[in-house]
Amino acid sequence: MTHAAELPGWAALLTALFLLLGAALAFTGSVGLLRFRTFYERVHAPTLGTTLGLGCVLIASMIAFSALQSRPVLHEVLIAICVTVTTPITLMLLTRAALYRDRREGSDYVPTRAPRPNDH
Amino acid sequence: MSRWLPYPLLSTGLLAMWLLLNESVAPGTVILGGILALGASWALIALRPAKARVRRPGVAVRLALMVVADIVRSNIAVAGIISGLGRRDRRSGFVRIPLELRDPYGLTALACIITATPGTLWIEYDSETQAVLIHVLDLVDEDAWVRLIKRRYEQRLLEIFE
Repeated sequence: MTHAAELPGWAALLTALFLLLGAALAFTGSVGLLRFRTFYERVHAPTLGTTLGLGCVLIASMIAFSALQSRPVLHEVLIAICVTVTTPITLMLLTRAALYRDRREGSDYVPTRAPRPNDH
Repeated sequence: MSRWLPYPLLSTGLLAMWLLLNESVAPGTVILGGILALGASWALIALRPAKARVRRPGVAVRLALMVVADIVRSNIAVAGIISGLGRRDRRSGFVRIPLELRDPYGLTALACIITATPGTLWIEYDSETQAVLIHVLDLVDEDAWVRLIKRRYEQRLLEIFE
């Protein structure tokens, strides 16, 4: 079921380049997840894989299938849009849960709630 | 116009998505997609979401291109930090940014931009104090970050949504 042999040379080269770049970014993100010390620093690392890493893999997919089918294949754009729009929701849930916990425990690393006009 | 097409932006978006998913612009696909897009926007009337108004499409396109460039740049920066190429004394921390942006769609767009660029993270928005708390991986100067977010993104989002 592999069509790799039918892929013209230039497309195979570009596809491989973008795939490797995307994979390298996702890997760097995972290493960051391991290396960073605090929770808030750690959440930054995987975003490498979900932004440019994902973009590179999708570009690779577009090039490969456009070359194979001799017509532009663009529906990968939808994946990029859906991922970009939904990632903040999960991230906010995670960070707000962490923030709530840290504030309850009285950690001095996180900032306290901003003072409100009607606070007594 | 408003009766037959209550949410023009949403309908256009749905139609574009339908055409992309089907990978064709044949008349049949366009008609079916159009019917679905209209039907979905009529169904949405029941939920009464606030209407989004995009005032300056030109600015929106330029902002989108700028964000893509920023995403690439900050990916490289964060990859550098992770692989230990950055300075040794890197410090991360929180920054509170007062916002003038009130429109919920504008705030959503800003949240997406800030989360999509690695190195900055949207933590919480306080609607009472109208300030957002973000976490920055490589924090050198807090005021510089406040200026950057306000000038680069908020200014343009204000033009687009308010």
